[in-house]
Amino acid sequence: MTTDHAVTSDHAADIDKHVRVYITVFVALMVLTIVTVAISYLHLPVPIAVSVALLVATVKGTLVACYFMHLISEKKLIYAVLVLTALFFIALLALPAITHSNGYWIHEEHPPTDVQTAPATSPH
Amino acid sequence: MDIPYTVEVRRDTGLTNGKIGIWLFLASEVMLFGALFASYILIRTGAPSWPRGDTILNVPLATFNTIVLISSSVTMVMAWASLMRHRFGTFRIYMGATILLGFVFLIVKYFEYTHKFHDGLYPSTNNFLAIYFTLTGLHMLHVMGGMAVNAYFWGPGAKLWKTNPTWFTNRVEHSGLFWHFVDLVWIFLFPTLYLL
Repeated sequence: MTTDHAVTSDHAADIDKHVRVYITVFVALMVLTIVTVAISYLHLPVPIAVSVALLVATVKGTLVACYFMHLISEKKLIYAVLVLTALFFIALLALPAITHSNGYWIHEEHPPTDVQTAPATSPH
Repeated sequence: MDIPYTVEVRRDTGLTNGKIGIWLFLASEVMLFGALFASYILIRTGAPSWPRGDTILNVPLATFNTIVLISSSVTMVMAWASLMRHRFGTFRIYMGATILLGFVFLIVKYFEYTHKFHDGLYPSTNNFLAIYFTLTGLHMLHVMGGMAVNAYFWGPGAKLWKTNPTWFTNRVEHSGLFWHFVDLVWIFLFPTLYLL
């Protein structure tokens, strides 16, 4: 009988190595958290600040996903599910950008303030 | 009738049903939070001005909470590793620590929220606070959900260890996948809301 991450002697022998990796990743995540906060105190221009913050967050997220969630050694089907999810996720995040490029806000018209609107007429 | 493929893997997927199930659920969660992140981008880019998060929110508290949640992810994975080493007592300690760290996160969040309410800052105050309370509120519900499942495996659910340790280990791994996902979401929420 095969098992999925089951308690087999072969797998159990690797656990000590895994634990050392978990500790290393933990330290890396702590350092990157400090880096994230430290960068925010530099008061960089917004586009650069967003790029750097998201880059550091992506590195942290990748570490969590790869090592804590074992994605670095997962089955193909899981990768397939995640690729599909990533495609839809990107499409979802791209929607505001597409809307923006259509000039949704640019063509928004405001009524002129110096023109008085006609009083509403009563139906009676 | 026994639940199939809890321990042995299916030939077609190469996975247990629980593993593929939790990943499909997490995929749906990515879309849920993705929709809210897209809303955040839409609202922020459409606003004439947008406040820096650190002018309204408490960065030191949120940094502390980030450290708490990352630590809880480590204790969670160590709980699973303890079961892989057949050390049930150690599992209980790590899982208990994970639940406690979850409580710490919620307590800090309670103080953050009550401080905002005390200052008259509500979701209805402005768009920044609306998206802040929506995103962090939904995330907080996920923390509570994860804690409930972890508490079950720490307490009554742990009986399975005596009858079917492999199944129990797999269940704890799946619970851990959800917990790590909650941590991962916070890793993106923290800079997005508090620092930018």
